[in-house]
Amino acid sequence: MDINNLIYPAISIGGMGLVFGIVLGYANKKFYVPVDAMVPLVREALPSANCGACGYAGCDAYATAVVAGDAALNLCSVGGKATAEKIGEVLGVTVEMANPKVAFVKCKGTCGVAKEKYVYDGIKDCRQAVIAPGEGPKACNNGCLGFASCVRACEFNALHVIDGVAVVYKDNCVACGACVKVCPKDLIELVPATQEVLIECNSKSKGKSVKDNCEVGCIACTMCVKACPTEAITMVNNLATIDFDKCTQCGLCATKCPTKVISKPLKDRVNMSGATSK
Amino acid sequence: MKLFSIFIGAFLINNFLLVKFLGICSFLGVSKKTETAKGMGLAVVFVMFLASFMTYGVYNWILVPLKITYMSTLAFVLVIAALVQFVEMVIKKTQPSLYKALGIYLPLITTNCALLGMAVINIGEKYNLIESMVNALGAALGYMLAIVLLAGLRERMEESDNMPLAFRGLPISLVTAGLMAIAFLGFSGLKLGGI
Repeated sequence: MDINNLIYPAISIGGMGLVFGIVLGYANKKFYVPVDAMVPLVREALPSANCGACGYAGCDAYATAVVAGDAALNLCSVGGKATAEKIGEVLGVTVEMANPKVAFVKCKGTCGVAKEKYVYDGIKDCRQAVIAPGEGPKACNNGCLGFASCVRACEFNALHVIDGVAVVYKDNCVACGACVKVCPKDLIELVPATQEVLIECNSKSKGKSVKDNCEVGCIACTMCVKACPTEAITMVNNLATIDFDKCTQCGLCATKCPTKVISKPLKDRVNMSGATSK
Repeated sequence: MKLFSIFIGAFLINNFLLVKFLGICSFLGVSKKTETAKGMGLAVVFVMFLASFMTYGVYNWILVPLKITYMSTLAFVLVIAALVQFVEMVIKKTQPSLYKALGIYLPLITTNCALLGMAVINIGEKYNLIESMVNALGAALGYMLAIVLLAGLRERMEESDNMPLAFRGLPISLVTAGLMAIAFLGFSGLKLGGI
């Protein structure tokens, strides 16, 4: 056996490895891009849901943005206050927490209460149903279709369809906004978590057609506007709208509303259907 | 004409993904979105072109003179891995925007067997330097074509709610890839001089 058969491969491959190693080692120094040592620390404080609620592509992107000073510290709605405080600890600053928010479905047109135009037998998905004639089977064009697109979009088990209308379980909701994006009727809104008095209707139609289609629609009678002591309610496009900054949550409007559109919805609805929030 | 034949041969007739079945892992792994498929495709084009040059040099100027061509697989893996690492560092420093577009796909390519396959095929066909690079370019563009096509189909299928539950996700993707491969077999009827 020729000893060269062993030496040549060993030397050539080993030599190549050595050369590449040196080149890479040199390149690593030469082309070194400084990475802020804070980024991994901030990244660790984040909950790794990668939901994108903060507006960045994921937890990694958000951590980079936070350290670079491009993003506020309290944007992570999944981790909420605890996470913001942790990030603040890492960066050595105190954090003011934004008001926590929850998703809210602006419809209470449950089965029997809201009328149906026809029996829909297509794909059980709101985004499919909405392209059916008349924008879906519900007589009200602004109502919840109840095919649970938002429920499937929710990664936190915070939405359920009860009696044909989607309901948010406040305890589970982290306000990531996934359901807001998916709802073809734009029914879901992020509202302050402490806000209990809400307009539970999205109908922009005139009073008469609302009344024909649904028993619990906003008929734009302006009773609530007159009742409100702080002028927090205005009538926009035939729909009562609450300014959350002005609202003191006295609940006077709810008592005056003839169709009971204004209520303390999250709590009431859960009681009404007999379900409990998980 | 020979170069053109080599290019079309690698691009369509012997498409790496759909006819030679090289690099299937990334074919299914990175084809969920057209955007990422494009990024991966571009990165493959970039690295394959450079790697064809490097592997040609290593083979003909180191392995052949030393008569240790049986070490080619090991040498190529070494060369490709080092090259990808090096390229990643260089563009990270000099072209941050390009790095953002390719960045996360570059390390994936290190372990892509399409690259090794390309190097081995170049040697098997006894291509010279220019032919090797044209072959690599054709193969890489063919890779990009196939992966972007599949990504487009998969994106469309994601939207469909009619699909039986058992087929959703990977199963239907595999079926689709198989059908695409059958379609690409049609190109084998192309008659090109010099192949």
